[in-house]
Amino acid sequence: MTRCIRHAAVFSLLLLLALLANAARVQVLEASALENNPANRRAAIARYAEPRGDILVDGKPVTGSEDTGEQLRYERTYRDGPLYAPVTGYSSQTYDTSFVEHAQDPVLSGSDPLLAPFPLWGDLSRSRPSAGDVATTVKAAVQQAAYRGLAGRRGAVAAIEPSTGKILALVSSPSYDPQLLSGNGPEVSRAWARLNGADAQPMLNRAIRQTYPPGSAFKIVTAAAALESGVVDDVDAPTHTPEPFLLPGTRTPLPNATKGCEDASLAYAIQWSCNTVMANLGARVGLRNMVATARGFGFNDPGLGIPSGVTASNFDTDMSPDQLALSSIGQFNTTATPLQMAMVAAAVASGGDVRSPYLVERVTRANGDLLAQNGPRAYRQAMTPVTAQRLRELMVRAVEEGTGGNASIAGATVGGKTGTAQHGIDNSGLPYAWFIGWAQAYDAPRPAVALAVVVEDASAVREDISGGGSAAPVARAVMRAALWDS
Amino acid sequence: MTATTAGTSAPEPSPAPRPPKRRGVELSLLVGAVVICVHGYVAVGLARNGAVPPDAAGYGAGLGVLALLAHLAVRLRAPYADPLLLPIAVLLNGLGLVLIYRLDLETPLDRAAPAQLVWSTSGVALFIVAVIVLRDHRILQRYAYISVTAALALLCAPIFFPAVNGARIWIRMGQLSFQPGEFAKVLLAVFFAAYLAANRGALTHASRLIRRLQLPTGRVLGPIVAVWLVSVGVLVLERDLGTSLLFFGLFVVMLYVATGRIGWIAVGLLLASAGAYAVGSLEPHVHSRVEDWLDPYAGIESGEGPGQLAQSLFAFAAGGMLGTGLGLGHSVLIGFATKSDFILATAGEELGLVGLSAVFLLYGLLVARGLTAGLALRDPFGRLLAVGLSSIVALQVFVIAGGVTGLIPLTGMAMPFLAQGGSSVVTNWVIVALLIRLSHSARMPPPVPVEVGVHAPVTAVRP
Repeated sequence: MTRCIRHAAVFSLLLLLALLANAARVQVLEASALENNPANRRAAIARYAEPRGDILVDGKPVTGSEDTGEQLRYERTYRDGPLYAPVTGYSSQTYDTSFVEHAQDPVLSGSDPLLAPFPLWGDLSRSRPSAGDVATTVKAAVQQAAYRGLAGRRGAVAAIEPSTGKILALVSSPSYDPQLLSGNGPEVSRAWARLNGADAQPMLNRAIRQTYPPGSAFKIVTAAAALESGVVDDVDAPTHTPEPFLLPGTRTPLPNATKGCEDASLAYAIQWSCNTVMANLGARVGLRNMVATARGFGFNDPGLGIPSGVTASNFDTDMSPDQLALSSIGQFNTTATPLQMAMVAAAVASGGDVRSPYLVERVTRANGDLLAQNGPRAYRQAMTPVTAQRLRELMVRAVEEGTGGNASIAGATVGGKTGTAQHGIDNSGLPYAWFIGWAQAYDAPRPAVALAVVVEDASAVREDISGGGSAAPVARAVMRAALWDS
Repeated sequence: MTATTAGTSAPEPSPAPRPPKRRGVELSLLVGAVVICVHGYVAVGLARNGAVPPDAAGYGAGLGVLALLAHLAVRLRAPYADPLLLPIAVLLNGLGLVLIYRLDLETPLDRAAPAQLVWSTSGVALFIVAVIVLRDHRILQRYAYISVTAALALLCAPIFFPAVNGARIWIRMGQLSFQPGEFAKVLLAVFFAAYLAANRGALTHASRLIRRLQLPTGRVLGPIVAVWLVSVGVLVLERDLGTSLLFFGLFVVMLYVATGRIGWIAVGLLLASAGAYAVGSLEPHVHSRVEDWLDPYAGIESGEGPGQLAQSLFAFAAGGMLGTGLGLGHSVLIGFATKSDFILATAGEELGLVGLSAVFLLYGLLVARGLTAGLALRDPFGRLLAVGLSSIVALQVFVIAGGVTGLIPLTGMAMPFLAQGGSSVVTNWVIVALLIRLSHSARMPPPVPVEVGVHAPVTAVRP
């Protein structure tokens, strides 16, 4: 019997070893696979267990966290949600994150290894550091001026500081309150479906994710190309442009919206927005130089990020001469985001250099320790300083004596260019009203702001839609806020 | 197993060699066990509320007093008992209380720890009574047939009560409910031990003499077939795969130890697989358990969400090597039966592989100490009873731990001492009381020979 009891003991030992080996298999070998299983709620529970870090505008949080006491404990709250939605994006327990909430999620959710002062200890103790905060470059006053200026009309504003690339305002209208998407209940799904299905597309970030034909606002790019390539030496000299101007190789005449464009100078053409002159100049500059210049401003760059991805603006690289002529006045296949057009204005304002636009100024720990800081970074050179200086003067003239009169500000030098872009089949769609420009206070060493405003207002009477009429007043309010409220 | 021999000093002293009783060791181990449990209780409070639970001192004092009373009973009535058995039981029971208390925090409307505390106290009380009253384990041999009758009655009783969560293993009387299968297993172990001790010869003899064609006589075989029928019956009528498996395993182990015939294991396994196959394919409740085991993630893939086993595996994986810390895991995601069948998942998640292995080793030590008592005992009944009781613990731990970690199909069973469940805790205290008695008899020095100094032959005759 003794022998058999020993066998029973060995049998028990084998059972024990099987249990230990199996536990090691589950807890060590297969642990990471099981932890990453999408049906395992632990990652989500951990993610929402602590208050999320905040996004700051002017040093003050525009976000918050609410303790719901539920399994996914903290939900995102937003102060002035619709105003800042194109900046913050949303942070949803159901639909993930977008924009700064997405780009800075590791810091805001507390999972970024940078946040742990002693990484190895954090791994061992499995403790999660407090979430960090993200300070944006946005100026509340500028943002508010832009949002108020659009007043609910469909459109967008992008404003940047030309010398640094800081984004001062990023507004899309109509907007939505991202707080509607914060939680995980049925109301959230309903809000999501409603926002996505709405005709007005409130969740579309028109400032960086929507491209529009830039229309006459693009003439600044064409002018830069003409000056850089030597097609124009003297901005006040006649350009030998007939009126009517037939598109090269066709019998199609190109109309003008204003008078006096026949054989006008480049200066006059910018001031009064002559289509014929700019189309003619674009055709004479040639495809290669036009593409190179457009690229210098940032067109055709799918990699631009602020850090959220910016939809690439387009200037076709393969066109017939008549298409090139049309593209030179911002029609045909030329499209641009409002941010891209703000970069065009900024390039002129900052002497030809384009800085990478950026939205995140600083990333800090919860206690304020600096983790990362963004600064000005060179992006591209659009033109020489001489060209930029000549374009500055042309843009100032356009505001002081031309189509952009509605943008002028007392006490500041303002340069601008209006645009009214036609689109749709046979140009049947309602035109988009553009204004791009920059402003420099008389006592300031350099321009404080460059911006682009686009208004796509379906409710307006067609004749009223023009860069000078709809967009310039918005631009004026935004520039004024940028000049003196910061 | 070496510890038992470590105490015995060199075998030559001429005065009667008095083996050490080691009650002091037991006492200090008990203090350690209580300290560990109180520490766990405090850790839960600190992790969840940032404060020491207000009743931590009371919990510690209560556990301490229970342990002390049990220790006094052992010291007075079973002074030679194995000093590890009681501390292991106290540690496991205390740890179970901490885990249940911790899970209660997640389900404030369904608190189980107070009831478990009452049951644990009853268990310890019964332990003390058993240690004091049962002066010699051989008395139990006389009650073999009463035991088996009682066991069968208990097993059949739940058939007349409504099923709970698919299994018909509870008896409900007003507020109280208990699982008679828990008590039945001890009674069956007593019966098996008595029956096999009495019929060893016949069983060994019969199977040796008679070839394949002829079976042992009906008188000998009858009870064996009866047990097989009971096990399958429990499975069919009560959908309790765990208990059936336990009875089978228990019976096969004891039969083998009693007869030394490997053939009995073969017969047992054959009968078991026949029963399990039939029930597994016919009975949907059991069938689904097997399906779950084969693919724990099927529910996730089909969009129904993770099943209990998948959730349990998630919990173990989340614990990793060192665990999340008491109170900081999410094993409550398992849902139903977190505090009972799946209590081990909480241990695995919050104490990690290290803590889980420690728990397994505690059970292993308990089993080893029981088997050691069996080896040292001289009477066949005592030996078989010690083996049977140890096997109950070993098999039960394996079946439930293997089930919740995906090693074998899941069966609803209570982790001894750890899991929520009154009948289970009380029964396990009775098992430990019996093991204490058995180990006391095993380690007690033989009566002092009358003629001291005479070179007498060794008295022990090893079978």
